[in-house]
Amino acid sequence: MQWLERHVPKLVLAPSFVAVLIFVYAFIGWTAWISFTRSRLMPNYEIVGTIQYERLAASPRWETAMTNLAIFGILFILVSMVLGLLLAIFLDQKIRTEGVLRTIYLYPMALSLIVTGTAWKWILNPGLGLESMVRGWGFETFAFDWLINPDKAIYTVVIAGVWQASGFVMALFLAGLRSVDAEIIKAAQVDGIPTHRIYSAIIIPSMAPIFLSAFIVLAHLAIKSFDLVVALTGGGPGYATDLPATYMYAMAFSRGDIGQAASSAMVMMGVVFAIVVPYLYSELRAKHD
Amino acid sequence: MAPILNISGLFKNYGATEILKDINVSIDKGDFLVLVGPSGCGKSTLLNCIAGLEPISGGTIRIGGQDMTHVSPKDRNIAMVFQSYALYPTMTVAKNITFGMQVRGVDKATQAAKLAEVAKQLQIEALLNRRPGQLSGGQRQRVAMGRALVRDPQLFLFDEPLSNLDAKLRVEMRTEIKRLHQDLGASMVYVTHDQIEAMTLATKIVVMKGGVIQQVGTPAEIYTRPANTFVADFMGSPAMNLIPARASGSRIEISRAGAAPLVLHDPRASLSGDILLGLRPEDISEAGTRTGDHVQTGEAQVDVVEPAGADTFVVAKLGGKAVTARLAADTRARAGQPLAFGFDLAKVSYFRPDTGERLN
Amino acid sequence: MTDISAPPRRPIGQTLLRWGLYAMLFLFAFYYLMPLFVMLTTSLKSLEEIRTGSLVALPREVTFDAWATAWSGACTGIQCEGLRPYFWNSMLMAVPAVALSALIGAMNGYVIAQWRFPGANLIFSLMLFGCFIPFQVVLLPMARTLGFLNIAGTIPGLIFVHVIYGIGFTTLFFRNYYVTIPQELVKAAKIDGAGFFRIFWSIFLPLSLPIIVVTVIWQFTQIWNDFLFGVSFSQAGTQPVTVALNNIVNSTTGVKEYNVDMAAAIIAALPTLLVYVVAGKYFIRGLTAGSVKG
Repeated sequence: MQWLERHVPKLVLAPSFVAVLIFVYAFIGWTAWISFTRSRLMPNYEIVGTIQYERLAASPRWETAMTNLAIFGILFILVSMVLGLLLAIFLDQKIRTEGVLRTIYLYPMALSLIVTGTAWKWILNPGLGLESMVRGWGFETFAFDWLINPDKAIYTVVIAGVWQASGFVMALFLAGLRSVDAEIIKAAQVDGIPTHRIYSAIIIPSMAPIFLSAFIVLAHLAIKSFDLVVALTGGGPGYATDLPATYMYAMAFSRGDIGQAASSAMVMMGVVFAIVVPYLYSELRAKHD
Repeated sequence: MAPILNISGLFKNYGATEILKDINVSIDKGDFLVLVGPSGCGKSTLLNCIAGLEPISGGTIRIGGQDMTHVSPKDRNIAMVFQSYALYPTMTVAKNITFGMQVRGVDKATQAAKLAEVAKQLQIEALLNRRPGQLSGGQRQRVAMGRALVRDPQLFLFDEPLSNLDAKLRVEMRTEIKRLHQDLGASMVYVTHDQIEAMTLATKIVVMKGGVIQQVGTPAEIYTRPANTFVADFMGSPAMNLIPARASGSRIEISRAGAAPLVLHDPRASLSGDILLGLRPEDISEAGTRTGDHVQTGEAQVDVVEPAGADTFVVAKLGGKAVTARLAADTRARAGQPLAFGFDLAKVSYFRPDTGERLN
Repeated sequence: MTDISAPPRRPIGQTLLRWGLYAMLFLFAFYYLMPLFVMLTTSLKSLEEIRTGSLVALPREVTFDAWATAWSGACTGIQCEGLRPYFWNSMLMAVPAVALSALIGAMNGYVIAQWRFPGANLIFSLMLFGCFIPFQVVLLPMARTLGFLNIAGTIPGLIFVHVIYGIGFTTLFFRNYYVTIPQELVKAAKIDGAGFFRIFWSIFLPLSLPIIVVTVIWQFTQIWNDFLFGVSFSQAGTQPVTVALNNIVNSTTGVKEYNVDMAAAIIAALPTLLVYVVAGKYFIRGLTAGSVKG
């Protein structure tokens, strides 16, 4: 009884702990192992070295996917942050309809990326969407065919992604603006510092942790992006909008190339970790003191 | 009769750090034991060990004559009042007080009777249907006491129960706790960092520092005969003056800035070398206002005069240190002027400057 | 709220600035609302009208045919039963998965925050870490494990996956909530004679309503909107609504029925949209808690 009483908390936590060990860490281990084998349709456990990574490096489709990730990631993060910050500052000016506007800016975050993709696919449809609408207004030569233009299609993913996530960044920043010590701002006002300088010199620098959080969340979203591309472009035209996530999925479930799937997944994890680990480490260390 | 609480050879480690070292304390039924010390001295940990909320690394704890070292908190026949009161936020006051009985399966009628009795005793009848969030700090404090009283335990434990109250309420509740102790004749262990609380409430004080007991004694013993400079400095406000001096036999010499050293004679002392001479501020008087065999006079330059209503505190420099004297409100002391003081050597304590331990 | 608007000195410039500000804000509101508006109007138009009319024009003739088709007649490949069966699949998957993961998260958070033991923080860190992995890295072994457990391609299989990978976040939510509750509460209850489960049930659970709402909303949104697990671990008949929607929209056979696509998209979005409208405050709290961490 005494023993049980003392160990109940550990026993309660144990199943989750075991589950995480198996389904996160052992699974990562399995995928890592497979990425060093010649596995194709079925897993093959004989380690042969970095052949899969060499195949990745040699694959033009993978190169496109990584380039796309860079383009999409940088633009998506940058535009979402700028837009989010701008909207947050605008909304922070004692706007009477703030509640309604905030609700409108943020609702896309409640939608599935499949829904977002479907909606934007229709709006950007060259034949019937935005393009034909503008032409209908009399601009006969207006062209907006990014969705089917291999060089531009990745930017449509950025447009839809920003639409989905920027309201969320706004919410983060708005919370940050509101948490700045009111006395510091009063002191600055008493000193006669103009409003825009108060923002640029006092408020925004003090929100550094929030910038970091927003960056982490957006980067994480960008790297995991899969649904949006599937719904919006299907990775096309051709594989012009492939991202590592869609590449991995195609290898795993339609091409029957488990080795490629595993190695591409490991590269994705490497990228995520390079961004998230320093952040998590500093967070946890800050909490422990 | 066996002591109500007996702690012997208690050790407590967190990993390699020793939090409590060789604690030995014993109190009898009806005693009010106060554990006092600066924050981080281990007093709260010791209380948690007594309650069974923290396992101990060595030693034994006996409550009511029974070995409770490895007994779980609920079976130690104790009740505890916490610093944050730890009232269950979603339960009404009545439910807070009866929760323990309910868990133990006490029948409803008994619960109601005990609740009514305790509520009357603490004058919280009107609050029984409220939730903790709707109560003031003082009311919460009373409810927390009610939860403890209803247990009717062998031993009450208090963990800094007054530190979240404002100064006025703190004094009121202090009196209330003292009255409760007298009325119930209960045995209590009380943790505080406030030495005035310790002095007013305790029948027995344990002064702790760094996990080690510095002194155990009645409030009077602790106050008049501190075991070392730490206790001397910690207990009493303003603190005991610890004046560096040189001694040989009964002759004690204290340096004065810009003047010949002040020489005192204590016929009862036989000391040598560097010492610290300890005198409470009230044992330094204005020359001529106090008589006694061991009052000796000497002059010192007054630095600061601080009127405090009933008394006036006068600070002068002796032995290179600021020395405080508690003088009458109508003292003639003026800052910058010399004043003749009377030093009551009947109350003096001597300490070794290096170890701080008491010499007389 | 911080008042940082300048004192009223230059009234005209100030007024113009305010007008500009409001204009910008409403322009952005239009940008965010436009897709929803277009979806809605398109779903109410006939195909003929879509071909001839403008994207943003209101329907001349409102018809709910597209909605009826999307709900019960649209083709998701070879079957043509509309979204209805998949909508229920998603419900059958989301409700138990949300309930289970929230319950497990609550117990875990309770242990980690209030019953600390050596190593508990390490376990928490390991769990937290699991929230951040790209799920691609577990897809392959999970597919095999589901096969091994004989729940591949089934709704229980999807529930299992969502619970496993939801524990990290639910634990985080509850842990961060419970860690703000003083430890003395557990101590007081121990002295009152209550045990681990009694303390949870009588003291912590009644306190937890806000965090339960946040967790349930977060988990429901995540699981309902999930596509990766749905498309990877389901088969014909057990697909969740997001996968079915994608199949309807991207099916290459027959005439492209944009109005049906839009109606289907709205139907798939409706539950989470509803949650957002009804409990937006908690939704936002979950979002920020899930990303910033308390």
